[in-house]
Amino acid sequence: MSHPSPILFAALPEVSVDAWIVLTGAATNVACALVGCFLVLRRMSLMGDAISHAVLPGLVVAFLFSGSLSIVPLFVGAAVVGLLTTFLTQSLHQYARVPSDASMGVVFTSLFALGVVLLKYNVSGVHFDVACVYEGALEYVPFAEPVLGLPRPLFTTLVVLVVNLAVLVLLWKELKVSSFDESLASTMGFSATAMHYLLMMLVAMTTVASFEAVGSILVVAMLIVPAATAHLLCDRLGTMVILSAIVGIAAAVLGYLAGSWFDTNFAGMMTVAAGVLYALAVLLSPRYGLISTLVRNLKMSLRVLRDDLLAMLYRVEELSSEKPLSPANALQAVGGGWLAQWGLAGLVRGGQIESRGDRLQLTDAGRDLARNLVRSHRLWETYLVEHLGLPLDHVHEPAHRVEHYIDEHLQRELQAEVDATAGDPHGREIPE
Amino acid sequence: MSGLSLSEKVMIGTSLLGGMSGVVGSFAVLRRRALVGDMLSHAALPGVCLAFLVLGNRDLLGLSLGALATGLLAIATVTVIVRWTRTKEDAAIGIVLSTFFGVGVVLLSVIQKPGVSGNKAGLNSYLFGEPANMLTGDLYLLAIVAAVTLLTVALLYKEFQLVSFDADFAQTQGWPTLRLDLAMMAALAVVTIVGLPIVGVILMAAMIILPAATARFWTNRLPVMLLLAGALGVAAGLIGTKLGRDLPAGATIVLTAAAMFVFSLLFAPQRGVVARILAEWNLRQRISREHLLRSLYELGETQLPQVAVLPVEQLQAYRYWKPRSLEKLLQWAVGKDLIKLVDAHAQLTPLGLRRAADLTKVHRLWEMYLMQHADIAADHVDRDADETEHLLPETVLVELEQHLADEGRLPRSLPEVPESPHELEAPRET
Amino acid sequence: MTCISRQRFMKTIAFEIHDMTVAYHRRPVLWDIDFTVPEGKLVGIVGPNGAGKTTLIKAALGLVPLASGKVEIYGKPYVDQRHLVGYVPQRESVDWDFPVTVRDVVLMGTYGRLGWFRRPGRAEREIADRSLEQVDIAALAHRQIRQLSGGQQQRVFLARALAQEAQLYFLDEPFAGVDAATESAIVELLQTLRSGGKTVLVVHHDLQTVREYFDYLVLLNMRLVACGPVESTFTKENLHKTYGGRLTLLDEAAEAMRKQEPLL
Repeated sequence: MSHPSPILFAALPEVSVDAWIVLTGAATNVACALVGCFLVLRRMSLMGDAISHAVLPGLVVAFLFSGSLSIVPLFVGAAVVGLLTTFLTQSLHQYARVPSDASMGVVFTSLFALGVVLLKYNVSGVHFDVACVYEGALEYVPFAEPVLGLPRPLFTTLVVLVVNLAVLVLLWKELKVSSFDESLASTMGFSATAMHYLLMMLVAMTTVASFEAVGSILVVAMLIVPAATAHLLCDRLGTMVILSAIVGIAAAVLGYLAGSWFDTNFAGMMTVAAGVLYALAVLLSPRYGLISTLVRNLKMSLRVLRDDLLAMLYRVEELSSEKPLSPANALQAVGGGWLAQWGLAGLVRGGQIESRGDRLQLTDAGRDLARNLVRSHRLWETYLVEHLGLPLDHVHEPAHRVEHYIDEHLQRELQAEVDATAGDPHGREIPE
Repeated sequence: MSGLSLSEKVMIGTSLLGGMSGVVGSFAVLRRRALVGDMLSHAALPGVCLAFLVLGNRDLLGLSLGALATGLLAIATVTVIVRWTRTKEDAAIGIVLSTFFGVGVVLLSVIQKPGVSGNKAGLNSYLFGEPANMLTGDLYLLAIVAAVTLLTVALLYKEFQLVSFDADFAQTQGWPTLRLDLAMMAALAVVTIVGLPIVGVILMAAMIILPAATARFWTNRLPVMLLLAGALGVAAGLIGTKLGRDLPAGATIVLTAAAMFVFSLLFAPQRGVVARILAEWNLRQRISREHLLRSLYELGETQLPQVAVLPVEQLQAYRYWKPRSLEKLLQWAVGKDLIKLVDAHAQLTPLGLRRAADLTKVHRLWEMYLMQHADIAADHVDRDADETEHLLPETVLVELEQHLADEGRLPRSLPEVPESPHELEAPRET
Repeated sequence: MTCISRQRFMKTIAFEIHDMTVAYHRRPVLWDIDFTVPEGKLVGIVGPNGAGKTTLIKAALGLVPLASGKVEIYGKPYVDQRHLVGYVPQRESVDWDFPVTVRDVVLMGTYGRLGWFRRPGRAEREIADRSLEQVDIAALAHRQIRQLSGGQQQRVFLARALAQEAQLYFLDEPFAGVDAATESAIVELLQTLRSGGKTVLVVHHDLQTVREYFDYLVLLNMRLVACGPVESTFTKENLHKTYGGRLTLLDEAAEAMRKQEPLL
């Protein structure tokens, strides 16, 4: 990147340096997220990686031809390389029978090497700073030549953002269908190949536009990470695209703040911020997050334990045993542990069990619940014996496992299937 | 080793690296793990920076250990993401690759601040590679890693081969497939990391993939592929370094490897593009020529033992050849003394008649065979046979010949044996 | 139902599954499978698509985790008896573009016996060559595997299993996409194995040939429907239960469990 004189700085309107940086970062991230969503859904994330590397020679050639980093030759170079990379990768895979991941690897690394070699030639006047390839130069964006009042990298990025948005809006249906089901798309008349090439071209252009801001490698993060984060948080394509844009903006802002605070590279920080947001989504996503899954598991285990306690008390009552069931015995019977204790306490609190001294007793409410459970259990046992032909000594375990998941609907169906009046296979009555 | 000049050191270093990458990369490519090398290279950066911050100087062993640590962490992270979340493997690799690299870039900017001490010059070579920075000590490290890696592959060759080909089967035999897999990954990781300062982050992935993919074009046997990939890697290292005097050496090494790849892609025998096109062309040629001879025989079959003189137009109409193609075919047949061509009329020579009769016989045997034995055709056919006569086992041939003879359709090569006609088209009047 | 019968006390039990339940992604696909197979039988494992036949074999061989149950070979846990088991997986399970020849693949059958680091030597090569002869593809020994037809590929897998010199053989759909001649050749080979006292279990999809090929039958549709000698087991009633029965309740329960069952 050239480092123009401070005179140009004076030409920009009165916006703080910081704002330009954040805006550029945000614009880059949003532009990337828009196409990135489709890369992630089509499992083409690494193709995005490949293209972002492969554009280097295209950039250099365009630069050599035009002598500057002006937009049009840049985009032309990018589009050409995008198409070339895609084409070469496909051809290698289809005609030379090279496995698809190796094809990608061969093409983009060779092109990148070519780009590096071309880069090293100093051309008259402005030269590429090699490090920029890797690190980007967000820091210098406010000092770039202004185009229409905006720093050039920001302008370029906004152009690409608008183009991406336009394509998305115009071809929404086609993109959606071809991302989920390529063969369906073909039968509906959208050429899946054309979609693929179009998408890759957009990726190439977006990469090139982002190049100045975040460099070749971090753009991969901007393409994939916000999109993957959004993927963890929702199930609808439209929501995912919007969410990914929001995450992208958040990453830009947070990255900028962190970068200023620690005085480090902005692009790198934005990437780190995006990564952190992804990690948070992994943990905290309401539907798919690890923590919510853990909580769900605990709840389920708790429910199973409570069910077991209730059912056990019911059976004890059924046997009309004079021996009372003490809390300690009950807990031991269901396996003990703090979760069981918690379960028991919950039952007592909820009014399903009374604890009288050293003796547990079902309340009426508790008895109803327990009866229902035992009913499910015995119906299932009967089903296993009658319909599946399992022997008597093999039905208790499976029924014990399944009984917790038998809801009213399933119970009614079981009832219809099975002769409930005769009692369960062990001869015990099936309660109403 | 300290008596070596820089260029000698660089040559040895790049050769070692090329050889290792070729061998280890072969397994990576075969197991569809080609891009894991790319991920490892990127993920190494933060480890290198952290090691530098801790050690305060550029010590290849220390930095490599740091790189290895974050590299392995990256692999573990991808595994966890794929196992526990909705994110698919390709996105996981992309996420880990780029965010780890982002951390590395941040750390780099921290290191490059004036307040941080230490010899920072060497760090940049991790990005683009700089063989010229190689110290003698580095060479020792490379040699040790190469020796250990190659020894591992040699010792565990059959285990790696088995797990790469059919992991399930391997598991039923009791092999610890997961651990063997990890061993292969570890070898890949170590080779990648040790090569980073030489060729840089991006291009290390190329070293893993290119020689192996190139070698695959030349052989169908795994041991040969491994050796060849290693050799190609060494060659790329040597040649690339030689070429890369003013240019970044990492890039020239990769470009050399890429050139070898393109050459192999085009010109490798059997699997190369040119070879395949040639083979197909040859096949089509041969088929056309056989069609010509067969047509000449069939058109004149009813007139045997007289050898028919056939006008070229009749021949043309019989098989819808393009006039130019037919002309060329006829020229070829004349050149081989199979026909006499006089006044736009063709006649089989005795040699030609024998050939044509044989071809027709085989063709009819084949047709009959397919009709009678269609359901077992695939198994009895030896697909690689060149000569159609050898396509079928002897016993089947004899049986079919008998059938044809019974039907009166068995061609005889000698004109004096009479043949009863069958439903062949009567030759058209010209 | 189980196959525990008088047979248990009269013959040696080669293979036994106790109360096996297998779940894919938290959803049970095999429920409480329980049966025994006496030694020296050619067993067909039959059921509709999605019945869990391949899952059964994979679970028995430890390739898929069991939610519950255990597998025994000649009375001992499977993991202690691996050397007695030969496996012929489905053809799709492998990358046929891998750079190995037919003989290389068959040699892999001997690897189990070799142990760590040792290379296959003359003895192993002889075993491999013998196996190649047994399946009649000795002529193809040096062919790269991509150049084979479907039937030939199947024979290669079979030869590999034979090279394992096992007592029990598990074959997963060996006749799928294979020409008639190969099919008869394979059946003949399996019957020879059986005559030699080996036990062979075959996942099979073609009801027409069950009576002709097998002497023992396992009917499966997510749970065990029936198991025993072909004569008494291959009945209209059992077939109806296997192929025709409504299993919606099992499906519903499975679905309910999948939605809520713990991930960890």
